[in-house]
Amino acid sequence: MIFNIPFIAVAGLILIGLYALIFKRNLIKMVIGITLIESGVNLFLITLGYRENSIAPIYTSSPGGIMALPVPQALTLTSIVIGVAVLALMLSLVIHIYRHYGTLDVRKIRRLKE
Amino acid sequence: MIPTPPDYTPALIVAIPLLGAFLTPLVSRINDKLRNIFVLAILGITGILVFLLAYNIFIYGGIHTYVFGAKDLSLPVVRILFEVDAMSVFMAAIAIILSGVAVIYSWAFMKENTGLDKFYTLVLLMVAGTLGMVLTGDMFNFFVFLEITSIASCALIAFWTHKGESVEAAFKYIVISSIGALFVLFAIGIFYAQYNALNIAVIASSLQYTFLDKVALVLLIAALAMKAGIVPMHMWLPDSYGRAPAPVTVMLVGATLGSLYGVLRVTFTLYGNTLELVVKEIFNSKILVTNTIGWSILVLAICSIIIGVMMALRQTDFKRLISFAAVAEIGYMFLGIGTKLASVGYNSTGTIIHPQHGITALEGGIFHIFNDALDVGLLFLVAGAIYYATKERSLDKLGGLARNMKYTTIFFIIGMLAVAGMPPFNGFASKLLIYESTYAANPIIAIMAVLSSIMLLAVFVKVLHSVFLGPALPKFKGVKEVPKSMLFAMGILATIIIMFGLFPDMVITYIVEPATDALINYNGYITSALGGI
Repeated sequence: MIFNIPFIAVAGLILIGLYALIFKRNLIKMVIGITLIESGVNLFLITLGYRENSIAPIYTSSPGGIMALPVPQALTLTSIVIGVAVLALMLSLVIHIYRHYGTLDVRKIRRLKE
Repeated sequence: MIPTPPDYTPALIVAIPLLGAFLTPLVSRINDKLRNIFVLAILGITGILVFLLAYNIFIYGGIHTYVFGAKDLSLPVVRILFEVDAMSVFMAAIAIILSGVAVIYSWAFMKENTGLDKFYTLVLLMVAGTLGMVLTGDMFNFFVFLEITSIASCALIAFWTHKGESVEAAFKYIVISSIGALFVLFAIGIFYAQYNALNIAVIASSLQYTFLDKVALVLLIAALAMKAGIVPMHMWLPDSYGRAPAPVTVMLVGATLGSLYGVLRVTFTLYGNTLELVVKEIFNSKILVTNTIGWSILVLAICSIIIGVMMALRQTDFKRLISFAAVAEIGYMFLGIGTKLASVGYNSTGTIIHPQHGITALEGGIFHIFNDALDVGLLFLVAGAIYYATKERSLDKLGGLARNMKYTTIFFIIGMLAVAGMPPFNGFASKLLIYESTYAANPIIAIMAVLSSIMLLAVFVKVLHSVFLGPALPKFKGVKEVPKSMLFAMGILATIIIMFGLFPDMVITYIVEPATDALINYNGYITSALGGI
């Protein structure tokens, strides 16, 4: 792979996600940040199993040659499913927060502090 | 005669609550009472299996493995397996006791809420997740169960959606735990890239301690310690403990301790092989990596204890106060772990030695896991009982309740003395082990720990005074004692506290020592999965 581009993309995605999570004040943007980190980790797992010029790991009537590793793909599928559940839960919580507080700004959502 | 549990017991322990969780909404359509009995029966069956397994492992020793999709341990590298040693089953027992108590308690406590079928579904899912976390022998499986626990517990924290604070606390919790879980997944990816394995035993046996392994170690310990609620990462804990319904809080204590188990497994089993081999030379003196990690954990633990107690002193919300006390208690457990890691040294010939005080510290820390679950759990149940009876959570507005609620007062006094480590109760035994051993490692740490423990007593004496003693307030005139099922739930925990406090020797010999030995003995863990390769 040229210049390990997928791994650079992984680092980029995770760093952008962390930036959004730490510096953004809007709850939706924080949720997007978490999703970005998750995509970064998923891309990392997929990249681990990929070999150059490889084919899908299906043995029946395979033309031969290198096969991609199937385990990281299985892990990624599991991780995506979990990620969807977490995302749905987070967004539903954001809806409830908006109903109670009338805002999505984290600086104004601090009833727990007093 | 207690029968030997079959091989597939570990799988059943996770499968039964999982199946029960999705049957609960169906049973709920028939009758509410039937549903309550059904949930308790599911937990009861799981509990019987856990205790059968625990009895077998504690009496005969050894490690139970169950391989999914195969009859024996052929190809252990690619199979998912459950590997249950004394430490795992110790944590499983804690989780099942806490959840059983929580379910009995919620019969009366949650009675007036709607959507209880979903509540009990989530409770059983959370139990399945926590049990899976502590029983599994596979890193990716650990991540999956971690996420199941996080999602279920987040939904339970936000169960009272009509209160903005609960939803806010739940959002905090899900952000923290999903980031933690993603970092755990990233670390698992690093392991898979290097060793082509997801199995804890296989990774532990082939770990090289490369640069990537260091990154993975930092990611795992940071993420799991964050979920365990140690001090720089503790901010979510008082919020979610304080705002969740009381039975949920008790189960959250169990889930948090599941993450603590993750820290133990990572440091002592996954990296147990390599941490002691690596030596760094700084200023002509050899420093083991385990000492560096141990001292970092010790510093964080002391910070947790002091900040937890200090913050508890100035809280006015009953459950939030107990949550900060729980942060301090977590600090005591990490104190035991840190002392064990920091005490490993080498003698004049250069061989690695494990001093006895380190092992005692770890025993104290592990014993304290059980004691913390019982003591803090009991205090949260008492706080819930006060809220149930008065609908009031602020300490400033409560007062004179000992007249109306005499059993709850007794349970509170038991929990208070146990948390503060007073002699006839269980907290004393484990804290004494921790004090003794940390004193051998570094006297200043032990002194700070003792002082904080005394301040913890001061905190709870203040609560005792402001909630239970003092003049009877007119607005609480009609307050009655809480229903019998809630008293029964508190009574179970109080009984175990007193039993542990009266016979600490037996508990340490038969339960804590085997668990500690199993945790330290990483070679046994590896060979029982790989079959002596």
